[in-house]
Amino acid sequence: MNYPEHPAEHIAHTVDKAVFLRQLSQFLKVENIVSAPEAMRPYDCDGMSAYQVLPWLVVLPETIEQAQEVLRLCHQHGVPVVARGAGTGLSGGALPVANGVLLSLAKFTRILAIDPDNRSARVQPGVRNLAISEAAAPFSLYYAPDPSSQIACTIGGNVAENAGGVHCLKYGLTVHNLLALKLLTVEGELITLGGAGLDCAGYDLLAVLTGSEGLLGVIVEITLKLLPLPETASTLLAVFADIEQAGEAVTAIIGAGLLPAGLEMMDNLAIRAAEAFVHAGYPVEAAALVLCEMDGMAEQVAADLAKAQAILLTNGATEVRLAQNEAGRKKFWAGRKSAFPAVGRLSPDYYCMDGTIPRRRLAEVLRGIAALSEEFGLAVANVFHAGDGNLHPLILYDANQPGELVRAEAFGSQILQLCVAAGGTITGEHGVGMEKINQMCVQFSSAELRQFHALKAAFDPCGLLNPGKAIPSLPRCAEYGALHVHHGHTPHPELDRF
Amino acid sequence: MSIMVTHRTPNSTGFEAMIKSDSDASVLLRERVLAAIADQTSVDIVGNGSKAFYGRPTQGEPLSVTEHRGIINYEPTELVITARCGTRLADIEAVLAEHEQMLAFEPPHFGSDATLGGAVATGLSGPRRPYAGAVRDVVLGTKLLNGHGEILKFGGEVMKNVAGFDVSRLMVGALGTLGVVLDVSMKVLPQPEADITLIFAMTTDTALLQMNRWAGQNWPISAACFDGEAVRIRLSGAETAIAAAQLKLGGDMLPDNKAASFWADVREQRLGFFQGETTLWRLSLASATAQPNLPGTWFIDWGGALRWLKSDQPVETIFQAAHVRGGYACRFRSPLGGEFQPLSKGLWRLHRNIKLAFDPHGIFNVGRLYEGW
Repeated sequence: MNYPEHPAEHIAHTVDKAVFLRQLSQFLKVENIVSAPEAMRPYDCDGMSAYQVLPWLVVLPETIEQAQEVLRLCHQHGVPVVARGAGTGLSGGALPVANGVLLSLAKFTRILAIDPDNRSARVQPGVRNLAISEAAAPFSLYYAPDPSSQIACTIGGNVAENAGGVHCLKYGLTVHNLLALKLLTVEGELITLGGAGLDCAGYDLLAVLTGSEGLLGVIVEITLKLLPLPETASTLLAVFADIEQAGEAVTAIIGAGLLPAGLEMMDNLAIRAAEAFVHAGYPVEAAALVLCEMDGMAEQVAADLAKAQAILLTNGATEVRLAQNEAGRKKFWAGRKSAFPAVGRLSPDYYCMDGTIPRRRLAEVLRGIAALSEEFGLAVANVFHAGDGNLHPLILYDANQPGELVRAEAFGSQILQLCVAAGGTITGEHGVGMEKINQMCVQFSSAELRQFHALKAAFDPCGLLNPGKAIPSLPRCAEYGALHVHHGHTPHPELDRF
Repeated sequence: MSIMVTHRTPNSTGFEAMIKSDSDASVLLRERVLAAIADQTSVDIVGNGSKAFYGRPTQGEPLSVTEHRGIINYEPTELVITARCGTRLADIEAVLAEHEQMLAFEPPHFGSDATLGGAVATGLSGPRRPYAGAVRDVVLGTKLLNGHGEILKFGGEVMKNVAGFDVSRLMVGALGTLGVVLDVSMKVLPQPEADITLIFAMTTDTALLQMNRWAGQNWPISAACFDGEAVRIRLSGAETAIAAAQLKLGGDMLPDNKAASFWADVREQRLGFFQGETTLWRLSLASATAQPNLPGTWFIDWGGALRWLKSDQPVETIFQAAHVRGGYACRFRSPLGGEFQPLSKGLWRLHRNIKLAFDPHGIFNVGRLYEGW
């Protein structure tokens, strides 16, 4: 489906494409400029593939200097710029704009340095997440954040989205694992944020840039923290006949002072889908299963496992299995890690949500989702980063059935509002992008959105970087709010409707 | 062999007593800010003044936040606490301890009445920081009073939240220059079951090498410092794990009663090293960086990533020494006042723009971080 731009978020320009192409060719190789529609087709969407937009132009600079020139040129002419890594994002953050340049960082694929003494890596943004851990492995080090797309997603995109993974509870998100960034401003100026040490002078701009979804600058180099590879990792699989009990067991584990490296939950539909797909040995009759992984020094892992096992059993687990060896552990995880494609086999299409909730509200949110599932007539499978409250309901639909995509989106939107109402957030790790831009109007007030826009303007006064993403315009919220009046209160009453 | 086990006696009286003294002063604080906008004056945001020495002097009318205090929400099983900025750190820590939890960044108090707001505004963290994260790492959400006099909420009480820019973390270490951080939600962590501290006599070069080698392995290290004569490392975790680590690492064990006070003294700068009138510099460097050849005496914390220097060298010399090593320095305690390493031209411009985005009338803590704004 073609994505309609919001008129208030459109950045107009009247630049002649032929002239602009000639200017680009002054400093870019011919093969690094793509302008033919059929050649630009692969760039028309990211992992949020329900929507496509063909960009005005695609450029693939090879050096920081070339990327600087691209930005200078765009800035000079008022042309919007959308930066893109591997395009695996699930929220449409790298969706092109029709009159803008798509700036691919795909040529920035070098690991510049691994510093084993200081346990850090300096890499270009187009390096794949997993490649960093592979390069660090000879030094018994690794890069901790492990989004499920880690085989394909690039580190530049990880920083732009503040990517998480299944080990966030213990090891944090991307923002906790960064030391420095080299940033190109919208004017093409190269600025270093952070430094070699653990903290730096002035404001914490590393934190501001992380998760800023390409709205504040283009990241061209990243220095990351590396951690020692855990000498031991062991995983428990606990089976539950009741999903609320599974949630309580997870809460009890945290309450007992344990900090698992991974703590995941799946509901029955997700379990059955995963089992049919990878034959992980999952109990297909279970209402829920919990995976609990401990890692670190062997003696610590043994002590933690014993505690966790006892807690799971006293909190209603009908069975607790311990992976007997590394192959068994990997098998436990294979089901969880393939849950998305596994659910994808049950249905022509699925729509992955990404709300986060306080864990204690899990049972009521799951009941709400089940009720919505009936109301919308669409099945939903739930996969849950239970340790940190990040819920991924997967809505099953068929895009070829008229109206089903719209229904799936409406269902998803209702789920996110449930999450906000429960004290949570509309996105835990996938980002807002274009996908959840309307729901931002639910989570934030006009004054908060104005503050976001002011911060954006501090970096990008003309709004050229990734327009129409992450932070909604106030007119958009006024329109969206008009459709979603809660308790008789119209959000953003101060704005004109059009 | 004896291992120190943290003794815990759960009781809820502390929390209950606190609730009685809670007060929400956000309306009053907002009125003060609106008045400052109207009168074109500036304010100097103050808690109990424990970190008044840190940073540059500022001229505004004192704006006290101590009446804005109290724990708003604490859910031990969610690992989250939300409190008002004027809440005493000691009160927060006591409530967490009742549930065997802690602020893992081990905030330096520098005085018995230190507040949460001061810990966030200065962004200073204690010995556990390299192993469990800094203030900025645990901040999940804030309620901010900005320079328009608006009360805004960013982030939240959940661990993962990527909706909107991370304004909450931007406030950490901003020294109040962007607004009044009214409320803060933080991730808390369980207290370790047990701790021990081991001592190893060695030279500076060996200490830096050894602390970084250990940090690259699976040892349950929760602090590592070097005082010029010996490395002290603290191990935290299950008793069995600590016993096993001690067996393999060797070293001499610091008696339990001395170990806890030693790390508190490092955090609070009560060791002999930190006494006296000589200027104290704080250098943040890559942890394995060879010791800079600067005249003065050193104390190394954070496994090498934090270097305290007592020296009479001029400010330019220290800043240059940090800069060439990719790090940064500040004049931490000095009769000359605080001073932070200059920013690059591009960073300076971004900082000015960000200041204007939050505080367009120039009300808050003008000059506290850098001259002029």
